[in-house]
Amino acid sequence: MASITIEAITKTFGAVPVLHDIDLSIGDGEFVVLVGPSGCGKSTLLRMIAGLEDITAGEIRIDDRRINEVAPKDRDIAMVFQSYALYPHMTVADNMSYSLKLRKTAREKIAEAVGAAAGKLGLDPLLQRRPKALSGGQRQRVAMGRAIVRHPKAFLFDEPLSNLDARLREQMRAEIKRLHKSIGATSVYVTHDQIEAMTLADRIVAMHGGIIQQVGNPLDLYDRPANLFVAGFIGSPAMNFVEGHCRAGVIETTDGSKVAIPDGIQLAEGQAITIGVRPEHVRIVATPEIGTYTARVDLVEPTGFGTIVHVHLLGQDLKIYTLERGIAVVGQPMHIALDSARLHLFDRETTNRIG
Amino acid sequence: MTRKRLILTVLHRLAVLAYVAFALFPLFWLLKVSVTPTSLLYTEGVRLWPSQASLEHYKFVLTHSSFPTFFLNSTIVSASTAVIVTIVSSLAGYAMSRFVFRGKYWIVGLLLLTQMFPLVMLIAPMFKMLSPLGLTNSLTGLVIVYVAFNVPFATFLMQSFFDGIPKDLEDAAMIDGATRFTAFRQIILPLTLKATTFPVGLLSFVSKFSVDFGQMMAAGVLALIPACLFFLLIQRYLVQGLTAGAVKG
Ligand SMILES: Nc1ncnc2c1ncn2[C@@H]1O[C@H](COP(=O)(O)OP(=O)(O)OP(=O)(O)O)[C@@H](O)[C@H]1O
Ligand SMILES: [Mg+2]
Repeated sequence: MASITIEAITKTFGAVPVLHDIDLSIGDGEFVVLVGPSGCGKSTLLRMIAGLEDITAGEIRIDDRRINEVAPKDRDIAMVFQSYALYPHMTVADNMSYSLKLRKTAREKIAEAVGAAAGKLGLDPLLQRRPKALSGGQRQRVAMGRAIVRHPKAFLFDEPLSNLDARLREQMRAEIKRLHKSIGATSVYVTHDQIEAMTLADRIVAMHGGIIQQVGNPLDLYDRPANLFVAGFIGSPAMNFVEGHCRAGVIETTDGSKVAIPDGIQLAEGQAITIGVRPEHVRIVATPEIGTYTARVDLVEPTGFGTIVHVHLLGQDLKIYTLERGIAVVGQPMHIALDSARLHLFDRETTNRIG
Repeated sequence: MTRKRLILTVLHRLAVLAYVAFALFPLFWLLKVSVTPTSLLYTEGVRLWPSQASLEHYKFVLTHSSFPTFFLNSTIVSASTAVIVTIVSSLAGYAMSRFVFRGKYWIVGLLLLTQMFPLVMLIAPMFKMLSPLGLTNSLTGLVIVYVAFNVPFATFLMQSFFDGIPKDLEDAAMIDGATRFTAFRQIILPLTLKATTFPVGLLSFVSKFSVDFGQMMAAGVLALIPACLFFLLIQRYLVQGLTAGAVKG
């Protein structure tokens, strides 16, 4: 087990810059999730920790030992690939024991370690099979088994669940979390699925365009997104954004409606603002009151547990997530309240959070 | 519907059969002449099978001619060529597939260029190079020449095989504790070997055995045996090998 320190890491492929000045320190036993849209450089950063990509500039340390020049095999790290990368010509048992064999571990020790890992993951009946004869979920388990069998200093995961169907993904997600609780090893997990990030992470690192946008625990990112990117990325259904300007002590939206400025926030007259409000924080009220809005229902999407209601409001297709069934009827008007404490304000120029 | 299918199937089989008979007929003729005693060769006219078959030609070829020596030499040369070509081209092909390096473009160009010269043009210069080294009229010289001729194409072939193997596999092996070379040897090669050694080795086999060992039909039949066996043996891999690069598997 180990801590990982990433300091001023930059990566360019030829002339193309991919990562810009990344700083991150991962504590011993911590589960950190790198999340961001496709192409933002998550895998590249992970592969640099693994030693599979050169480091253009900066330094990576494991337990205060600089590893920039250390070969992958000497970093004592395990990795689970999106493609699983199981060795096709070896049985499950051989796949799992390969790393131990390379380390010249005694045969009884290998059998013991493979047995223990197989037990943890329910792989016992599959040990003599080849990867070709396994289902996707079973291959995923073997890939996990191959990683945990040798008790490495850290685990790296590159979208390990993205090839599974939704149900299996949920199941494995919980299993990974349980596994981390029991093994407690330092883990870096890459995903573009924000639910996976929220549910698994001790800390989330949100990336975009090769730059870290925000680092924090999952609820921090949900409650206080640092900028428009994080606000839009974390949460499902995604946050609503309403554009407006500060005029005479209120925010005037593009359609001329007015939104009160939350307490304790100072805005400059004329400042361009984007208001963010999560669909689950838009309230539907029975009767119009002061400060409520009225809008016609455009679309109703029942999800089973809740319902997503689309209305046209504040110059926007505004989504509302409600747990009340049958409250919205397409074409009917509806009264809506925005709690000022639940609003997120962003400067539209810098895209950063205000307050 | 099913009747129509049946008729179509039968017709299809008949057509295939007719083609096979047509393609194999010269071989059959070779065999037939080789077992016809000399006395009957011109006296019986055109028949499908001589009235009396004998193995006298085979006996003669095997005991009174240089065929066994030629045959042995041929086998030695082909086998060594196949082994050397496989080793060299797999290493070269791996490098071409996995690494970006300066001059790669030009090396590929040069490899292609070597394939453009007809053999005849090269005989004189090759002789000039090999004779001061004392390698003319020697099996070693022959192996060197054959290797030189076969490596470029074999390298391309190997490269395309390696291109078809996901990079993740070596990455996983290297993280598991292997050096790149160990990963290549223990993970990548075993995956390609079955599919590739055969076609690559084959390249060096086929041309040599189609060499005519004189007018003797018997020698012809004997000379065909290794190539036939080889084809039979690898047939499964050949089809698989040639498509291995094409689909993700
Ligand atoms: N070997 C390479 N050569 C050139 N560019 C590369 C190479 N590998 C990755 N890139 C580029 O680097 C950027 C980041 O790639 P990376 O694979 O890290 O993205 P990612 O965040 O993992 O995306 P995804 O979610 O799609 O896996 C991409 O724009 C990609 O095109
Ligand atoms: Mg990726």
